[in-house]
Amino acid sequence: MSRLGAACLALVMWTPLAAHAQEDAPARDIETGGKLKLTRGISTIEGQGGGGLTPWALITGNETDRGVGGAAHVTAVELPDYTFLSYGVALGLFDRVELSYTRQEFDTRDVGAALGLGRGFTFGQDVWGAKMRVIGDAIYDQDTWLPQVAIGANWKKNDQGAVVSAVGGTDDQGWETYATATKILLDSSLLLNGTLRWTNANQTGLLGYGGNLNDDHELMGEFSAGWLLSPDLVVGAEYRMKPDNLAIANEDDWVDIYAAWAINHQVTLTGAYVDLGSIATFDNQRGVYLSLQAGF
Amino acid sequence: MRTSLACAVATILFAAPAFAQPASHVPPGEEAVDPYAVSDANAGAAPVGGQELFAAFHGHEGISRIVDDLVEQVQKDPRLTEIFKASDFVRLRRTLKEQFCYILNGGCSYTGRDMKSVHADHGVITAEFNALVELLQAAMAREGVAFSAQNRLLAKLAPMKRETVTR
Ligand code: HEM
Repeated sequence: MSRLGAACLALVMWTPLAAHAQEDAPARDIETGGKLKLTRGISTIEGQGGGGLTPWALITGNETDRGVGGAAHVTAVELPDYTFLSYGVALGLFDRVELSYTRQEFDTRDVGAALGLGRGFTFGQDVWGAKMRVIGDAIYDQDTWLPQVAIGANWKKNDQGAVVSAVGGTDDQGWETYATATKILLDSSLLLNGTLRWTNANQTGLLGYGGNLNDDHELMGEFSAGWLLSPDLVVGAEYRMKPDNLAIANEDDWVDIYAAWAINHQVTLTGAYVDLGSIATFDNQRGVYLSLQAGF
Repeated sequence: MRTSLACAVATILFAAPAFAQPASHVPPGEEAVDPYAVSDANAGAAPVGGQELFAAFHGHEGISRIVDDLVEQVQKDPRLTEIFKASDFVRLRRTLKEQFCYILNGGCSYTGRDMKSVHADHGVITAEFNALVELLQAAMAREGVAFSAQNRLLAKLAPMKRETVTR
């Protein structure tokens, strides 16, 4: 996994830079840092600030309304038949706008050979994302039920156009939009999130966009909850509905339970147990998710 | 005598329902402040229900230790030293203890100023608000207050960001 190695190296090199940026903050016009730990979220497999599988309305980076911040992540999910990898960078502007780029790679290992694609055949895609917070404040608005709401869009481009059409996928590129609402109920130490995603992506787009069963964008619900155990630790669960557009294989909704630990203001480590259901006819893809996020 | 009685009545009538705190009433060790209307509403939040949270903070003694700790830490934290440089820490400790005790339903009255006017000239930013939250979290943890109980107080204080953060 030399790509994972390179991504980890990039992340480690980023960290001291990030820490340095924060120390320099007072001398600059544009400030960095200032958020409470964990309130930038972790990085989803698609690069947004959020949970692991679904975005939150929180904006990535440690910046407040007066500054800029950012985060880089590496996530690996080891499944019975596949290995998933994502890594990327994201920028947070004034705790208002988030711009992200993430690379996803899906190694089919022995399944690749079984499907005639070749052992270790890897689907890859680039995800470009933008998210904007529109109303509310998840953290400070503790005296109202109004959540923090953000809207966002992703543009995704898959590397394997020929294979995508061979499995019945319509496009090798696609877009999706979403609205997401986050509420932290400090009174009960809970974080609740709901997302509605308008998408036609097959397995997030790793198997293309649209297919022989359905081409249209559909509305998918995604839900997550977190229980705040300390300023550094949150545990919770996520559920992500998915489209089912391909005739050759069922696509299942995704579920996970997670624990995210902010080691300090820069680095957050997340572990999860995920159930990704059936992927390309191989059922019961349950496994371990590990994610390292460094930010400033 | 008659004039002073008339003055007192006039003051009560004009300032009712709250009354102006006489400037001469400066508690020992504190600096005088401009007169203001004393009211529990100045605390900026209604008290929680029940007695469990006050108990979880170890009552008056616990609140007192937490506030003393907090006020000591704000003077040391490089993010906050400048803002608190000219503060009257005797008064700040007293009013913060009253405010926390009032909000935690410990049966205290809050006699300090309201959050908007007292912070108006300090130009506090979000990062400084959060720095103060971190110091308070640390002080509550050192007192042994359970994290869930800490969050119930923070839930009351969080909306005060709107009055205290001005830029
Ligand atoms: C929920 C948050 C806050 C609460 C409940 C709070 C509470 C108080 C109270 C009770 C007082 C004294 C009132 C009086 O003298 O009558 C005070 C004063 C003050 N606060 Fe805050 N405060 C908060 C946030 C902040 C923040 C974030 C800062 C800056 C980082 C800050 C800086 C000050 C300063 C400089 C004074 C004036 C002290 C003096 O002039 O003697 N406060 N605050």
